[in-house]
Amino acid sequence: MTLDELPRSGRAVVERLDARGSQRRRLMDLGVLPGVEIVAQGTSPLGDPTAYLVRGSVIALRRVQARGIHIVQGERL
Amino acid sequence: MSADLPTPSSARPLPAGPSCGSCALNNVANLKKLGVDPGDCDAVVALAGNPNTGKSTVFNALTGLRQHVGNWAGTTVSRAEGAFGYDDRAFKVVDLPGTYSLLSTSADEDVARNFLLFGDPDVTVVVVDATRLERNLNLVLQVLQITDRVVVALNLMDEARRHHIEIDLRHLTRELGVPVVPMVARRGEGVPEVLAQISKTASGNRPARPCRHQRLPPAVKRAIDELAGHLVAEFPGLINARWVALRLLEGDPGTERAVRDGSLGDLALQQAIRIAS
Repeated sequence: MTLDELPRSGRAVVERLDARGSQRRRLMDLGVLPGVEIVAQGTSPLGDPTAYLVRGSVIALRRVQARGIHIVQGERL
Repeated sequence: MSADLPTPSSARPLPAGPSCGSCALNNVANLKKLGVDPGDCDAVVALAGNPNTGKSTVFNALTGLRQHVGNWAGTTVSRAEGAFGYDDRAFKVVDLPGTYSLLSTSADEDVARNFLLFGDPDVTVVVVDATRLERNLNLVLQVLQITDRVVVALNLMDEARRHHIEIDLRHLTRELGVPVVPMVARRGEGVPEVLAQISKTASGNRPARPCRHQRLPPAVKRAIDELAGHLVAEFPGLINARWVALRLLEGDPGTERAVRDGSLGDLALQQAIRIAS
């Protein structure tokens, strides 16, 4: 399952990143790494982007970016 | 709303009598805020950290300047410089834009990255947000890879307390191998302690065992050594050549460009000139 499929308020643990190059680097710099917990917080009125809570900060990701993040839902750290 | 903005005046020390000068609690009285004019400075202090951790508030508390402070990311987009005197020495302080990583690619983050890597500051103060420690430690660990002359300023301790976050300072200091100073920069708390650590670090008067997890495979290590040798031959005076070599091995396009068009050499030179002037 990928992050874009996570429902609002859903919790998941990042399993792996499908992004490459600077996209991957950026996600890792923002703390999106395998094993980290991520929560879907809310979606903008048009449905894209979505806000996610990760390591105490909220970041916004577009659907295409979220699609590159593989998750396992419902697991705790 | 402007009343809520932190001002450096709250951190201004009380005038100290002769007896206060010898008191350890009052060593902030040795602080002379020199504004923008360092004259001949004895040491250069870089202020780094993630966006919105209070770097500019720390900068203002140290220099007495009123560098614009805002509670949002991207307030500082280029570097600001100021100075202070402490223990009879002049320190130049460079306030850098916030960055999440030394491996970043955006323009304002480049300013911070280039200075930290090639400006060779005498002391790097990494300002971290105590309420988002996990995320902030990414940059701390990256900075520790390139220098051990680091002081970690654990800012926003008041917010951490409000969120019932307790931080095991002794453990954190031991794990990182460099001093960790709790601060509430907007109220001047922790300023004397951070000054003392900056001064000690600048004079090389402090043991450091920086946390470095670098379990590189021998083949990669050999490749870095070889490439770093070529880099130094091509760009004499280049510092952190091993760091640049690792970026090249990763295939980082920005670093490849800087090597190919020679701007890597200019970069190292420019940073050195800017400090000297």
